[in-house]
Amino acid sequence: MAKGRSLKGGGLLASVMLVAVACTSAASPSPSPAPSAAPSAAASASAAASPSGQNFSGVSVTVLTFTGPQIAEPLQRRAPDFAKLTGADIKVVTVPFNELYQKILTDIATGTNAYQAFVFDPQWMGDFVTPGYLEDLTDRVKSDPVLKWDDIGAFFRDFSATYQGKVYTIPLDGDFHMVYYRKDILDKDGVKPPATWDDYLAVAKQYSGKDLNGDGQPDYGSCISKKRGAQAYWWITSIAGPYIQAKGTNEGAFFTTDNMTPLVKNEAFARALDIYKESTKYGPPNESNLDVGDTRGLFTSGRCALSMDWGDIGTLAIDPATSKVQDKVGSIITPGAKQILDRSTMKLVPCDQTTCPNMGSDGVNHAPFAAYGGWSGAINAKADQKVKDAAYAFLAYMSAPEQSNVDVTIGKTGFNPYRTSQFSSTAEWVKAGMSEAAAKDYLGAIETSLKSPNMILDLRIPKTQEYQQVDLDKALAQFLAGELSRDETMSQVFDAWQSLTDSLGRDKQLEAYKNSLGVQR
Amino acid sequence: MWPALAVVLFLSIFPLVVSLYLSLSRLSFAKSGFEITFIGPTNYQTLLFGGERTHFIGVLKTPSPIGWAIFAVVVVLVGWAFTRAVRGGVRPLGLLLRAIGGLLLVGLIWLFVQAVFAPGGRPGTVFVTLIYVFIGLTIQYVLGLGLAMLATQRLPGRRFFRVVFLLPMMITPVGVGYMFQMLTDTSKGPFLPVFAALGMEGFTWVTDPWGARIAVMIGDIWQWTPFMFIVLLAALEGLDVEVTEAALVDGASRSQVFRYITLPALLPVSTTIVLIRMIEGFKIIDLPNILTNGGPGTATESMTLQAFIDWRTFNLGRSAATAYLLLILVTIVATAYVNLVRRRVTTTV
Repeated sequence: MAKGRSLKGGGLLASVMLVAVACTSAASPSPSPAPSAAPSAAASASAAASPSGQNFSGVSVTVLTFTGPQIAEPLQRRAPDFAKLTGADIKVVTVPFNELYQKILTDIATGTNAYQAFVFDPQWMGDFVTPGYLEDLTDRVKSDPVLKWDDIGAFFRDFSATYQGKVYTIPLDGDFHMVYYRKDILDKDGVKPPATWDDYLAVAKQYSGKDLNGDGQPDYGSCISKKRGAQAYWWITSIAGPYIQAKGTNEGAFFTTDNMTPLVKNEAFARALDIYKESTKYGPPNESNLDVGDTRGLFTSGRCALSMDWGDIGTLAIDPATSKVQDKVGSIITPGAKQILDRSTMKLVPCDQTTCPNMGSDGVNHAPFAAYGGWSGAINAKADQKVKDAAYAFLAYMSAPEQSNVDVTIGKTGFNPYRTSQFSSTAEWVKAGMSEAAAKDYLGAIETSLKSPNMILDLRIPKTQEYQQVDLDKALAQFLAGELSRDETMSQVFDAWQSLTDSLGRDKQLEAYKNSLGVQR
Repeated sequence: MWPALAVVLFLSIFPLVVSLYLSLSRLSFAKSGFEITFIGPTNYQTLLFGGERTHFIGVLKTPSPIGWAIFAVVVVLVGWAFTRAVRGGVRPLGLLLRAIGGLLLVGLIWLFVQAVFAPGGRPGTVFVTLIYVFIGLTIQYVLGLGLAMLATQRLPGRRFFRVVFLLPMMITPVGVGYMFQMLTDTSKGPFLPVFAALGMEGFTWVTDPWGARIAVMIGDIWQWTPFMFIVLLAALEGLDVEVTEAALVDGASRSQVFRYITLPALLPVSTTIVLIRMIEGFKIIDLPNILTNGGPGTATESMTLQAFIDWRTFNLGRSAATAYLLLILVTIVATAYVNLVRRRVTTTV
């Protein structure tokens, strides 16, 4: 494209921003973690792997990420250490979470290129890789002794960091959903932690209205944050997942891979919507207006028997300053299902060895959902070579086990485990304040999820945000508020997704979807 | 003159034209830049007749008897005003404009009663915005006037209260949003003991569509009543006391003084502040965005919030189309309002 065209485009976009900014801006909650005080001893610079022999003195790198304290905190804390090792000047610039996507796109699309590296949501890769905004890191990561690429969980290497067979990001965080339960109470009553979503509802129902923290007030069976414009649209995929995907990550849980038919209007999704709504009955009365920070607070103050979350409750629950449930928390892989969607008839059929090849010995198909995909670092393809080298060295330094194995045990970093070495030993976790048993339990749940060949990859195609954050999120909120019936909800999402796919080009979107799911080692 | 003109052109006309073009196009990202494709009125079609219709306008059902009654009253009023204009010798162009305005108003009210006063109906963002503006504005004006009258009395502590009444206006709307989020949280907010004492622990403002809209309106009223208060207070203090005293000497009652002297004297100021707040009120976004994120469902979503949510995901075309429809709505309502009150102001004062 001619330069004149894109300059003109820049003017257009800038003026639109003016108009839009005049409208307003307001913050909404971030998808990852709620604030917490964390043990500070572990935060100090520990033994650091030196990016040996590299000298970046005089090189300055501006890294853009979201306003912390999570994610930004470890970057800011470790930047001076990195400067001492290599001489590179790392500046960390932050913007509110819901502005990050536009900020990166407008910066590169208008040719401003004020930022040379980004720590962002790998879900956006579809929008960023296609126009060639991100540097291909394939060769760098595979030959890097500092990064220890093979230590990173296979799912994060092959799916989260990879697009069309090439590596574009360095994982810094491992994001997937898990379910937490009150181990003390369930153990006492001899109740098994839920294996399926039906079990989940049964347990939630059993504890709904009971006093769970000894304050004489009735508490809740299940706490899931269902606020609009927050995290609601991720939970529904975790619930629907095991009913929809059984044959491995490549099968995909959002669209069919033959003609991009949305998998949101069928018996499986209907079942998920029913579960989603029924769980609300056992939750706090204002559950539909709670974001994940609120449900984390409720769970750690002992008010919920069950909760679905990323890895964060695990580390927040050990915080003596805020948690009333230290050593009372059990973690498990997200519940599964004994039925699976037959994609030819769009009806549910029972799980067996053919329909659910990855099911466990109990006949339950699990499909843990790597919601969001974990904060990852990427490099602007337009940066100077020396700057790219320095940016890469910094991201690799952040991800190296010497640094990240400490950071993932600290609640306020917002980083959750994603490396094999992070759950092979409980030492760092015990140091951070977990009991040996709790650490084993937590890491066991993470390991089971991470090793599942049937993990669900979050949607990563152009306009992902509009598919999920606008169309799906809105319909879910309307469903919960009773504005739409179950079938109307499914139809509305289906129609919206179909028309969006058509407007963007069905073949192009299908190719992007298949690319995001394709494993090419 | 020219530099000023250039600034105006650059800051207001140019963005206006560009966003009009954007509302007729789609933005997509391409190799090392982006493309803006012209797609005609598709965005408007989606909002008014297509997939976004129930979101934007609402779910329309047959009105209930109350709905029919409201509609009938409005039709009669518009018809009456039009007849008066015809008899009053308004020029043909004026008549034509009035006819168009009247028809638009009747159409708008027809959609409104079908969405709000109909079993199974549901207002979309247009009508939610209108509800915020008109109900909010009425209450703000009445409260502001009442407080201003109170503050002119020689009551103890009135200086202190004059300052206190002004405080809400100084707080940033986002701050107000977070504050009301806390206040309306009946499970752990400061009003928990009050709700518990009333046996309403399970009650929550923000999961019921009307509860949530009322919560948003309370926040808006709390924040903007001070504006009405301060302007009306200044106007009241500037009134000529001799007229009032003369009326009282002549045997007028307090309510007669208020009805025939104070209120007409306040009319020019009232007209202006209501217009300012009306235009401002149409742009409400902070409170619903923070308090409920537009939920439950889409119950508290205003037009600006709808545009903002689209903008956030780079659907700039639909966002611009929504903003343009808002501009048209504000222009119609504001012009109708000015036309309606101008005559009264010029004849009474």
